[in-house]
Amino acid sequence: MTDAAKNSSFVYVTYIRTTPQKLWQALIEPEFTRQFWAATTQDCDWKVGSSWKLMIPDGRVGDAGEVLEIDPPQRLVLSWRNEFRPELRAEGFSRLTYLLEPQGEMVKLTVTHEMPHPGSQFIEKVSGGWPIILSSLKSLLETGESLEATRRWPEGV
Amino acid sequence: MPEFRPRTVYVTYIAAAPEKVWQALTSSEFTRKYFWDRDIEIEPRLGGAFALKLPDGKVNVRGKVIAWDPPRKLSVTWQVEWPEDFRKLPECVVTYELAKAGEAVRLTMTESHSWNVPEAILSGGRMGWPAILSGLKSLLETGKVPAIQMEPPREMIEAIRKL
Repeated sequence: MTDAAKNSSFVYVTYIRTTPQKLWQALIEPEFTRQFWAATTQDCDWKVGSSWKLMIPDGRVGDAGEVLEIDPPQRLVLSWRNEFRPELRAEGFSRLTYLLEPQGEMVKLTVTHEMPHPGSQFIEKVSGGWPIILSSLKSLLETGESLEATRRWPEGV
Repeated sequence: MPEFRPRTVYVTYIAAAPEKVWQALTSSEFTRKYFWDRDIEIEPRLGGAFALKLPDGKVNVRGKVIAWDPPRKLSVTWQVEWPEDFRKLPECVVTYELAKAGEAVRLTMTESHSWNVPEAILSGGRMGWPAILSGLKSLLETGKVPAIQMEPPREMIEAIRKL
């Protein structure tokens, strides 16, 4: 756990019946993310220092940052700033870490999203979004079908 | 009752009917598969008795039903009776809330405490709940619960010994 007085953070753990390689692929490749992540895709060449963008289906940039660390299929760290809501963009860059650990026939996926200041509205927003996205990712890899509610970008957002 | 404050919250979305998720939370046929072999005994009413039992019949957790509103809300008091060291812990409250979310159910588990419980003690639940509820989701969506290998919650055990 991080120091709540200095940081805002969200941690989510899920166990998915798959391999680390398949989970890694699902986290970065557009044919997967479109299904479980509200029809978004990522624009990135997945090297340290590369720019990273989360693209909304209508062509807007949802979030942007860069690849800070990449070690497939175990660990990916991104800097991450919201780009389409001015009040969230003003908070600056957060840090997102995906950690993939094989555990028997499952992979333990830990998603940590941190902002270096307390009371972050951005972290509050993503805390509401990650559980459904990551639940849908688990459904997609285990059943072949993502959750219906995550297959489209929400109207009016 | 003292005031219980939420300290650990876990949310998962399950492609199933709320009634099915409710059944999985409250019947041994399901809990045995995703809740580390435990049977659940629960009287379906406010004030009813609640227990989780190990395969040898030993009581792991005992409590009382303090909210019973199928298939929306279930809340129980939670006193760990085994392992014995854990009896030192004051009882907590575990609440499950279910809500429709499109074609899925949003299940929210909240663990609430009445005292200033150290992070080290909370770490046990924070390790366990994601594994238990990931298993529940797999069970309802695929019919199977893949085995999850877990270390014992060492940090929690140490902290309890020091109480």
